[in-house]
Amino acid sequence: MPYDIVTGQPSGCASASILASFRIMTGKATRRGRPRRDDRGGTPLGRMTELLSPRALVSRLLSHPPPGPFRPSTWRSPLRGLWLTSVLGLVLLGGLAVMAVTGLASYASYNPRLPGNDQTPGGHLLKFYLFSWPTDPAWLYRVNQGIHVTLGLALLPVVLTKLWSVLPRLFSWPPVRSAAQALERLSLVMIVGGVLFEFATGILNIQNFYVFPFSFYTAHLYGAWVFIAGLVTHVILKFPHLRAGLRSRSLRRELRTPLSATQPEAPDPAGLRAVAPAAPTISRRGLLAAVAGGSLTLAALVAGQSIGGWTRRTALFAPRGLSAAQSGDLPVNRTAATIGLTDADVGPAYRLVLVGARQVSLTREQVAALPQRSAVLPIACVEGWSVAARWSGVALTDLARLAGVNHPGGAFVESIERKGPFRTADLSAAQVNDPRSMLALRVNGADLPRDHGYPARTVIPDAPGVHNTKWVNKITFTEQA
Amino acid sequence: MTGLTGLTGRVRRWYGAHPLHLLALLAAFTLAGYAVRAVVTAGQWRGFAVWFVVAIVAHDLLLFPMYSLADLSVRRLLPPSTSSPPSPPGPPVINYLRIPVAFSLLLLVVWFPLILGLSAGTYHRASGLTAQPYLWRWLAVTGALFLASAASYAVALRRASARGRARKAALAAERGR
Repeated sequence: MPYDIVTGQPSGCASASILASFRIMTGKATRRGRPRRDDRGGTPLGRMTELLSPRALVSRLLSHPPPGPFRPSTWRSPLRGLWLTSVLGLVLLGGLAVMAVTGLASYASYNPRLPGNDQTPGGHLLKFYLFSWPTDPAWLYRVNQGIHVTLGLALLPVVLTKLWSVLPRLFSWPPVRSAAQALERLSLVMIVGGVLFEFATGILNIQNFYVFPFSFYTAHLYGAWVFIAGLVTHVILKFPHLRAGLRSRSLRRELRTPLSATQPEAPDPAGLRAVAPAAPTISRRGLLAAVAGGSLTLAALVAGQSIGGWTRRTALFAPRGLSAAQSGDLPVNRTAATIGLTDADVGPAYRLVLVGARQVSLTREQVAALPQRSAVLPIACVEGWSVAARWSGVALTDLARLAGVNHPGGAFVESIERKGPFRTADLSAAQVNDPRSMLALRVNGADLPRDHGYPARTVIPDAPGVHNTKWVNKITFTEQA
Repeated sequence: MTGLTGLTGRVRRWYGAHPLHLLALLAAFTLAGYAVRAVVTAGQWRGFAVWFVVAIVAHDLLLFPMYSLADLSVRRLLPPSTSSPPSPPGPPVINYLRIPVAFSLLLLVVWFPLILGLSAGTYHRASGLTAQPYLWRWLAVTGALFLASAASYAVALRRASARGRARKAALAAERGR
């Protein structure tokens, strides 16, 4: 029984065990081999002293939980139990693994190793896995973000139900039974705090509700690492319970059991099952169906903003779903008005400056006179929405050659936009050299609308939306090393 | 070998679990500490820490007690399903309330910045769109959820009463025999 003390014992021996560890912790463990003296035989004064001694008081306090949630009898739900928690835990284990992978991939998609791109300074060791983000297949980033955001929303009901299923443990009494248990409870801050923190920041960010006092990028990334640290350890420590829980009941049988036949689970060493379960008001399959239904509802009402086409009209709550479809436009995440784009910025005075072995300055007409390319490429946002469009313009390699750079190893793209974290983007060699990477002048057969970056914007396959710089007025190419 | 098991035993006595338990937790704290250090470097640790703690408190000590108490109070208000007409007991009405309320609140918990227009300004600056429709969509979806729930309750009631009639008829036939 490797974790017996950590996961709790029948309440009868709790006080003895806590007293033992208390003695150990206070260094009073010397010559304590003998059994405790029965004080009933002592003098009244001796008995008083014994009762009022700090150790006796602590022991009394620890063996008598205060009223309310600390009393196990408060928790009556007949559905709580190791099996239910294990099923929810297994679903979360799979789902959160996908969230971690897509999230870390999303970070890699910014090519944060290029000097102009890192939004999250520090934490170098956590960037061990970074790689040059590919440009092929062109749907990679779009699918990655669609999964990350839609799955994240769909997992929320599972997270809430999982927390509900283990909440009595928060109030377990005594609060600390051993050093091991204290440390493990402390580690739950990483996992409970982490999951709530990540879900909250993600959900607020996709609605542009920037109420948090930190950079979303920094906090969501490092919050994820705190959570991952907690989750991996939690899974390792609880794996025996997870396995025992899953084996304790048959899922198939549960799915056939109606309310009238719903019985509480067997008591478990972790103490998840209520000591005195009430009569059930919903079956176990009913609860699971409600959770699944909640997940599906959340996903179904948002997924359209990532899938596109007619499904955009079903995305009632997506920030770029039905609303964007109704406005009859491609969605954007920064409007021309927001950045203060003026007529002078985009009028006859506009010049595109190309810097390389030499510097070239072009009017928009001159750019339009260069050989044009066209490609259907998705524009996809870190916030999950995406849409494919036919872009046409000049290949970045052609522009590099104009600047005297024949084998570009990278490019630094700048915007008319005067401030903001994404007014520039550092492009990798792979991104510049992809034949579909272009400085686009037109979209879907018409000149770019101002909100989409008129006079010119870059479109790079698989780059995050913000790296498809709008209102471009300068590109600096570097020769391959 | 005995030295090792002796050490394991001593750690167990002092610590309360296998030494590997301690190692796993220390590894987790190290990794998390390193991540937090990066947040400190970025000069944002205060808000970060506050939000971590507030997230836990808001869920465990606010959201959870609120929905538990709401559920408990509604259940107290409703007649207990076993003794209530129609007899024989129909489907418990509580779940036909719980599900639409839970789904509606779930949507509100996720999309409240858009539904209540709290992020309307930044949302408009980002997207060029207005947050206005979201409140109406939420109300419409909530209405649809309650409607669907009421319809399925009606169907369940009908089925239960049909079953009850059949049972009564069977009982009567048995008594007549």
